[in-house]
Amino acid sequence: MGIKKIAFVIRSMPYKTEVSKLAIAHAIASQTAEIYLENGEIVEPVLCFIGDGVFNCIKNQHSMKHYGVTSIEQHIKNALLLDLKVMICKEDLNKSGIREDAVVMDAAEMGGESRSIIAPYQDIQKEMNSADHLMFF
Amino acid sequence: MGKLTIGSFSSPSGTMSLDFAIKLAEAAVNKGHTVDLWLSGNATVLGNRDHKHFKDYSHLQKTIKILLDSGRFQMTICEACADARGCKKDNTLQGCRRASMDWYLASCFNADRVILVGDN
Repeated sequence: MGIKKIAFVIRSMPYKTEVSKLAIAHAIASQTAEIYLENGEIVEPVLCFIGDGVFNCIKNQHSMKHYGVTSIEQHIKNALLLDLKVMICKEDLNKSGIREDAVVMDAAEMGGESRSIIAPYQDIQKEMNSADHLMFF
Repeated sequence: MGKLTIGSFSSPSGTMSLDFAIKLAEAAVNKGHTVDLWLSGNATVLGNRDHKHFKDYSHLQKTIKILLDSGRFQMTICEACADARGCKKDNTLQGCRRASMDWYLASCFNADRVILVGDN
């Protein structure tokens, strides 16, 4: 019984390797993990974008147009649509000159209600501290 | 005794990450622990059977077979990642499972420790 929180900490650049997209896909897969678990057991994922990982969150990605593959932006929106907690490091956005209005904040056009959280690293650290398991991608 | 879940996304050739993951699994199993190994992305290639052994490349299948025979080790590959790489079910190593990503999350739920090996 109970909830286990798993923090998926994404530090990798988008598209250079597939790992950031896979990390998001694994976090989303938590929604169906219960088929392998007992009643009342829940996996609660949280996605944290830090360091170079914040580049994954930039809006208006056109990977489908140029490479024929789904975008990481779409994956983040799918996560938000499923009410996964998405945190983006404020300092790392600032360091890279990425404006806060340039990142994926919601999936409103798909009917999603959850929003990304742009948070200072201190808050992301707290989130990681409260997780049962950490995975760095 | 505890349960360890190891995840890896690294390819079997080109990095030594999977070599380390298997070594770690072997050490844990030999101490009496149980190990779930989840392979996603390029790591799913390790689930192909009949890897040819060249001395320039590591060859993990002998160790994997011993681990699988121990009864305390499960190796599961991401079915979608494997299919995307042409790694078909009928070419999968005997004893290696194929599942969707939620299997890994469920394994993490029940694990005492979760370790993601490799820089992917």
